[in-house]
Amino acid sequence: MNEHPKPPPVQGLDIDQALHRGLTESRSSRRGFLKASAGVVGLAPLLAACGVAGTAASGKQNKQFDWTAWWHRQKPTNQLVFANWPYYIDTTASGKNHPSLELFTKQTGINVNYKEVIQNNAPFYAQIAPVLQAGQSTGYDIIVITNGWQLTQLLENGWIVPLWTEKLPNFQKYASPSVKSPSYDPNSKYSVVWQSGFTGIGYNPKLTGREITSINDLWDPKFKGHVGMMSDNTELGSVALLKLGIDPATSTPADWDKAANILNQQRPNVRQYYDQSYITALQDGDTWISQAWSGDIYQANLKGYKDLKFVIPEQGVMYWHDNMMIPLHAPNPLSALEWMNFYYTPKVAGMVADWVNYISPVPAAQQYIADVIKDPTVANSPLVFPTQSEYSKAHDYYTFKNYNDYTHWNNTFNPIIQS
Amino acid sequence: MRRAAVPYVLNLPSWIFLAVFFVIPLASVLALSVATGNPEVGYQYTGHVHEFVSAISTYQTQLIRSFWYGIASTVITLAISYPVAYWIAFYGGRNKSTYLFLMLLPFFVSFIIRTLAWEFILADQGLVLGHLKSWGMLPQSFHILSTSWAVIWGLTYNSLPYYVLPLYVAIERIDRRVVRAANDLYADTRRTFLRVILPLSAPGIFAGFLLVFVTNVGDYVNQQVLGGTGTYMIGSVIQDSFFTNQDYPMASALSSVLMLLLLVAIYLYARTFGTDTIQEYS
Repeated sequence: MNEHPKPPPVQGLDIDQALHRGLTESRSSRRGFLKASAGVVGLAPLLAACGVAGTAASGKQNKQFDWTAWWHRQKPTNQLVFANWPYYIDTTASGKNHPSLELFTKQTGINVNYKEVIQNNAPFYAQIAPVLQAGQSTGYDIIVITNGWQLTQLLENGWIVPLWTEKLPNFQKYASPSVKSPSYDPNSKYSVVWQSGFTGIGYNPKLTGREITSINDLWDPKFKGHVGMMSDNTELGSVALLKLGIDPATSTPADWDKAANILNQQRPNVRQYYDQSYITALQDGDTWISQAWSGDIYQANLKGYKDLKFVIPEQGVMYWHDNMMIPLHAPNPLSALEWMNFYYTPKVAGMVADWVNYISPVPAAQQYIADVIKDPTVANSPLVFPTQSEYSKAHDYYTFKNYNDYTHWNNTFNPIIQS
Repeated sequence: MRRAAVPYVLNLPSWIFLAVFFVIPLASVLALSVATGNPEVGYQYTGHVHEFVSAISTYQTQLIRSFWYGIASTVITLAISYPVAYWIAFYGGRNKSTYLFLMLLPFFVSFIIRTLAWEFILADQGLVLGHLKSWGMLPQSFHILSTSWAVIWGLTYNSLPYYVLPLYVAIERIDRRVVRAANDLYADTRRTFLRVILPLSAPGIFAGFLLVFVTNVGDYVNQQVLGGTGTYMIGSVIQDSFFTNQDYPMASALSSVLMLLLLVAIYLYARTFGTDTIQEYS
């Protein structure tokens, strides 16, 4: 396996005097005991000398590594550990079985350990980063991460195994041009898209009293106290940039200030800055109009909340991708490739898209859903299979260049949510 | 081994526990709070205290708000818990443990689920407000969710058992002969309660207050589920600093500030109402 940078040498190993005495002197006396406990407190400077190592160094080494040779050395296994988000794969009514995974096991003999462990990008990244930095395996063969700061960090730090593209012929054949070679991963070297989605506006026309067409409607004082915005500061900042007519992908810190400014003006109207629970608020009628993810509204309609509507506002819509990637030290990398290739077929992508209702990366799945699954509602939905008119309004997120860049964005938009 | 060493040896597991799970984490948090850097280049301990300065100046609103929510929710919890504990202790009879169990029963359900249930109950068109609105008792735009009161109510509800149990233990311990003696000395019910029972239950009031107050000030779940704009608490800020910003020094500084403020608050509280009074009565 590839080498990892050694941790910085522990300075100050000259053990604290009190600790030294505490360790060497007889402990039978009360004095000795007190000294020993003083030694424990004396550990603090020892700890302090270690510091917390940075992540930047590991990236450089991994980029020079001969990955082709590494891939040739790997041996096939019959296991696959797949870390994904909740409700993000086809599931039977009992909630236990995933037909697409079962089909995979039947055809390849690889058993899938499917884990719904990713609730949000940031906490999941915070969880796996120390493990990867220590040069250990996360235990996962595939992780699904949204394009954004955490994905960029994973790539920058060299914590993702470059894909063996020869083994992914189906990706070349069936993947939509909109997911081949995305801006955050040129030539799809490290990642393939699992599902994509739009962040637009969800609303209940019965409560708003009119159809919604524009981002400006989120700022309408008529909806005071019933506007939902997202607590994810990337989503929050991006919608404000779109309102100002600025493309988030090419925006500058000066633009961010303007965006923060109009978000502060909007704040008195806002009910709450929501995480995924925005959809519950919309369903319950707590919010009348809200920033929303396309698939959620679609699923809410199926669950019986038929009033809710999703709209791509005239100013544009944010287009995001959740990506399958192989983390470093994955125990079964060949199984992971096998699954990625298996997924990129009209049949399997169709099975998943028909249940998940986000945007499928395989356009040919539309035909499969229409002809084989016979579900015209999904097949004809522009939210699952967008047409040129939807794509023309889609915008990419801003890609953070480095941590300072990211901090600048956070410091601009966090105060709106936190105060 | 000399006999004098025996107690220390027996103490050893607890000392090790304290060192591993308290002293070391505490020391690393304190050490991190004086570090500078970022996750890419790493964090070096520089001993600069500027994180403390900016922690307090940037987040004073959230700090003050957390203490205000903490105090409000603790006082309301006390007001609700005292009659419950009193009733079970004095009138529970043979079924005391059944009543206590019934009181605890809802709390076997996950913390998150219980809090989400309140989101459902208090929804604008939900069980409570929906009906009151349809009977014309409330204006259509009225809402409880996403306000400070919803957060305080969530904190209150979730800390109920942590106050009822210590109160119950304290009240249960009260010698009934003392109560009878008060009656014999012509104290009416009100005076008996105020002069005898209430002071004798002081240890329970004191212990429960600490338990509930300290937990509630640092809470970050109720606010995220039941709160709205302008209800952000310091616990959520710390969470954001750790997970979203990966700004460990800021997160550690904020944790240390919170810990320090809580220690000061508890010290003042103990000095005012504190240990002397309790020892006097018990």
